[in-house]
Amino acid sequence: MPEVAVIDYGLGNLLSVRRGLEHCGATVTVTSDPDTILSAPRVVLPGVGAFAHGMAELRSRGLDTIVRKVAAQGSILLGICLGMQMLLDESEEFGKTKGLGIIPGRVVSISPTTGNGFSQKIPHIGWNKLVLPRGFVNWEGSLLQEVSPGESVYFVHSFMAVPNNPKYRIANCLYGEASVPATIARDNIYGCQFHPEKSGEIGLKILHSFLSL
Amino acid sequence: MEVASCRLAQSERVFCTMRRVRLIARLDIKGPNLIKGIHLEGLRVIGSPNEHALKYYHQGADELIYMDCVASLYGRNSLEEIIQNAAKDVFVPMTVGGGIRSVEDATNLLRCGADKVAVNTAAVANPQLIRGISQRFGSQCMVLSIEAKQACPGKWEVYTDNGRERTGLDVIDWVKKGIDLGAGEILLTSVDREGTRKGFDIPLIQAVTREISVPVIASGGMGKTEDMIDAVREGKVDAIAMADILHYERATIDDIRSVAVSADIEVRGFEYA
Repeated sequence: MPEVAVIDYGLGNLLSVRRGLEHCGATVTVTSDPDTILSAPRVVLPGVGAFAHGMAELRSRGLDTIVRKVAAQGSILLGICLGMQMLLDESEEFGKTKGLGIIPGRVVSISPTTGNGFSQKIPHIGWNKLVLPRGFVNWEGSLLQEVSPGESVYFVHSFMAVPNNPKYRIANCLYGEASVPATIARDNIYGCQFHPEKSGEIGLKILHSFLSL
Repeated sequence: MEVASCRLAQSERVFCTMRRVRLIARLDIKGPNLIKGIHLEGLRVIGSPNEHALKYYHQGADELIYMDCVASLYGRNSLEEIIQNAAKDVFVPMTVGGGIRSVEDATNLLRCGADKVAVNTAAVANPQLIRGISQRFGSQCMVLSIEAKQACPGKWEVYTDNGRERTGLDVIDWVKKGIDLGAGEILLTSVDREGTRKGFDIPLIQAVTREISVPVIASGGMGKTEDMIDAVREGKVDAIAMADILHYERATIDDIRSVAVSADIEVRGFEYA
């Protein structure tokens, strides 16, 4: 059975992530122990809440360094929601806060107005469609290999993680006129802004793919 | 001509501001049982919470809401075990409310698999609880649950303890204050309509959605599938909470989705085989 370490740093819906992965056949360890995290072939960095708080909790446990090591040593790393955002360099949520700096980019607020001037609600809460960014033909071989463009997943967020290099954005969703990075990927590192563990059967397919990468 | 262009502008506005509407199954809980009342009272046992949760998940509910009906009355919370069980098989967001009196209570429920907490009674008694929860977990996690009863035409009063206790607070004032303190979503239950099957209280919903920009879930009164159309088109709500209509099998979530689609209301496409 594929083994997964889910990082426990005091934040996030750990049980849901665990249940989702177990449903897909994984053996899951929820842990803050550096050795367990470093020896796992697959690691999930979950997270719900504010960026600065999340980073502070990681740092206070020395886990910021560990997550960077996980990325550098080539284990499959998946950041979910805040966990994805923290993979980037910095966030502008409540002033500037440094992130893990694993994927170059910034976390910025979602525009509160659409392109044609209508206001839209923030946070972005709800089901939204995954769309292929320009230049992508399909999601073969990626975290989204079992998903078809246009299928919906569950988002809850006010900020979005924008990698400097657009080729690392493998899926977007449209919120008003804003194109929001929904999934990012670089080599062994993945991030989902949405919650696969809360996205019904489509989300389970994504977790299933994560176990086979 | 004048009238026609005005209509067009109006419908464009609806198109631009209308978002995908969430269809939410609401499960009211008393002890180990799923129950249903009228005006939040006269509770009848429906059955097992978990069986119903699973059924609605497989029908394609976008979310589930669990409400412990008597928690604030007895000062306890019996939901943790039910939520932990649900989290094994239900992979859509779950909001849990009833009897949450502290950030610690909220923490425990989130640890059990809840994604959001809904707070009513304790927030009225101590509004800083809203700030405490939203600062700790983010405003998206902090649902302000409001039980509203009409006081006079155009005015609604906030009730607590599952529609039993008056507060003297005006619903609109309280909603605004709650949002200032960090509430990220409003669960708006009409005590007058709850369990009556008479349709949603549209003037109440309009009064709230006109004033605020955070998402609003309408709850209370859905008697037939078409009632949701009014709540969305006239009430401009972001989500519909349904209980009676689902529990008594007067409609499935699929039926409601079909009605929404035929009324040009965007809902989640549902992809199960």
